[in-house]
Amino acid sequence: MASSPYFSLAVLFVAALGFGVAPLGLAWAWARVFSPAKPNAIKNAIYECGLESKGDAWMGFRSAYYLYGIIFLIFDVEAVFLLPFAVAFTGLGAAACAAMLVFVLLLVEGLAWAWAKGVLTWQ
Amino acid sequence: MAVDQNLKIELGKQGIFVTTIEELYNWGRRSSVWPMQFGLACCAIEMIATTMARYDLARFGAEVFRPSPRQADLMIVSGTVTKKMAPQVVRLYNQMAEPRYVIAMGACAISGGPFKQGYNVLKGIDRYIPVDVHIPGCPPRPEALIQAFMTLQKKIDGQPLTGEGRPRFLDSDAQGEFPVPEQGAHDLEPTSNTGVWPVPITIR
Repeated sequence: MASSPYFSLAVLFVAALGFGVAPLGLAWAWARVFSPAKPNAIKNAIYECGLESKGDAWMGFRSAYYLYGIIFLIFDVEAVFLLPFAVAFTGLGAAACAAMLVFVLLLVEGLAWAWAKGVLTWQ
Repeated sequence: MAVDQNLKIELGKQGIFVTTIEELYNWGRRSSVWPMQFGLACCAIEMIATTMARYDLARFGAEVFRPSPRQADLMIVSGTVTKKMAPQVVRLYNQMAEPRYVIAMGACAISGGPFKQGYNVLKGIDRYIPVDVHIPGCPPRPEALIQAFMTLQKKIDGQPLTGEGRPRFLDSDAQGEFPVPEQGAHDLEPTSNTGVWPVPITIR
């Protein structure tokens, strides 16, 4: 086994693992043996700003928010691709322009759909 | 086994350093007291100045102000404790891990100071939590805070680890929780923690 070319690597790996795990184990053992544990409800509370936590942390966000996220993406992606398109505009052929037009129209269609659905009206 | 103090000094002169576990332990504790990053009023400005380059609290191993009570050893009550704020201060103290210490900085934290007559001012934080060092002043200068810090270090240094007079965290029977007061109709309830602050008897 020792003749294997990977033997030294395995030794180094075990040593590296021990180097990482040993301090953790020592800290755990130290805490178990020596730490003055005096737990109580206030000390074990989650929130540590002096105030009492209110309500449940597992609260839900309104799912309607996804619409705002998607509409933002329309403008975001459009801006990202429009800028290089505008820079390279003079050197582009008709096919490239048509492809870009299709892309922009697809995004505009999404916006039109959202507009028609009344999503853009702030409630 | 305690080392004779004279023998220790004599050996030290010969280049032999003798110590005890207790001394080493307390040396470690007093040299790494991490205060909580927590200011209440104008005294906090002086506390900030103490940590900065000019006064340099780092010389005492206490430059690491922790923003969480879980990682702090020392609470510096720096300023007026209003009755609105007192429950939060006591709760933060409760959330600190043992061993924990308190410095009441300035007249307000000690007694209410110039605002003592105010309906909304707590007349000293020692009514609810055990204070180790009181510093007078309005506000105390950074030198005074450093003095308080050195006093605290001396106190930590002198604590035996066993027997009578050992610190609270080594005493399994000692109180670990300090009740958090609540807002009552006219005052905080209870108005003080009689376990740490016996109500003085007024003689009329």
